[in-house]
Amino acid sequence: MNENNKTSAEMAKIELMIGKILRAGVFVSATIMIIGLVLSLVTGSTGYPGNTFPTSFTAIISGIGALKPYAIMMLGLFFLILTPILRVVVSIYAFYKEKDYLYVKITVIVLAILIAGFFIGGH
Amino acid sequence: MNMLLLMLVAGIVAGALGSILGLGGGIIVTPVLTLMMGLDIKYAIGASIIAVIATSSGATIAFLKDDVLNLRVAMFLEIATTIGAIGGALLTGIFNTSFLFILFGAFLLLSVYNMLKKIFVGEEVLKSANPDYLSTKFKLNSSYYDKQLKKQIDYQVENVPGGMAIMLGAGVASGLLGIGSGIFKVMAMDTAMKMPLKPSSSTSNLMMGVTAAASATVYFFNGSIRPDIAVPLALGILVGSSIGSRVMQYLPAKIIRLIFVPVLLYVSTQMILKGFGVSI
Repeated sequence: MNENNKTSAEMAKIELMIGKILRAGVFVSATIMIIGLVLSLVTGSTGYPGNTFPTSFTAIISGIGALKPYAIMMLGLFFLILTPILRVVVSIYAFYKEKDYLYVKITVIVLAILIAGFFIGGH
Repeated sequence: MNMLLLMLVAGIVAGALGSILGLGGGIIVTPVLTLMMGLDIKYAIGASIIAVIATSSGATIAFLKDDVLNLRVAMFLEIATTIGAIGGALLTGIFNTSFLFILFGAFLLLSVYNMLKKIFVGEEVLKSANPDYLSTKFKLNSSYYDKQLKKQIDYQVENVPGGMAIMLGAGVASGLLGIGSGIFKVMAMDTAMKMPLKPSSSTSNLMMGVTAAASATVYFFNGSIRPDIAVPLALGILVGSSIGSRVMQYLPAKIIRLIFVPVLLYVSTQMILKGFGVSI
């Protein structure tokens, strides 16, 4: 019984931590998006010709180096997409702490599918 | 500049309305972008999938800890929804625009029907499920604390393969149309697997974000997500959904939903007509 109480208290702590991590993730992505947006308004430019915008990692990273507004905005969007994925990653940790190895495996499969999406989209 | 303000406002409205009406942000965003602003449905779907993530993450900000959620059911079924979502995102490029409009309109009609059903349904009766081999093996049976009934409710689930199959379909619809397809998700858990409504809708909210992320990566890298549209929209939704989920407690939600039924019916007909090449 004592052991059970201990794990449920620990689980509650982990869940609270998950909540805080996600909250931080949303704030970080929103902040990056706002910076990009403000920069594009101030400079009056998107950093790219016409209606184009960067869609590959390398283009986004080199665009950020040059402080191009659209590159920063794309990074913010990318971070927003990462937030639910972060939820999956921390769930793996939570299941591991709970010693539920079956669900560590299941959640790793979900993460693997999400990562596969990255590579499929990149083509 | 005008576009930016417009998208910001659209996001706030979609976020607030979405959480009050109980619809995902995505189902409101696409009609606004395509019907009112004449945007190519490909970019509307890309922006919409971002809207779904923003709605789901916005809810996470509002509530740090969700006791009703069944994380095991979520992750187990995510295997099906994420595979479906990636498939759906890839299919979008194959189907023509008319088909997407018609499908979207049909889906919106289904949402309206579901909304009406929710308005007129009475108290929930706890369904009794016969836990089977799979639900026991994968530890899907659980319990939650019901705040209204003020007691702990144990529940079991059944028909896991059926739920999984509907989830695959939910994933495809989500990836194809850029929506959260929460209705399918609740349908799979509530109707097929006989999970109580509260844990199933809470679990569905979490799953929506993860499912949307699966197809969003495909859309992100294939250039369907335009920063000039998606960024102000996402920021607006984050603000709007947190306003919406707060004021919702003080609003006569049922009346507001009823008022919006004809609006949504009109919008879904417009989407279908547009698919058939008729514009009014």
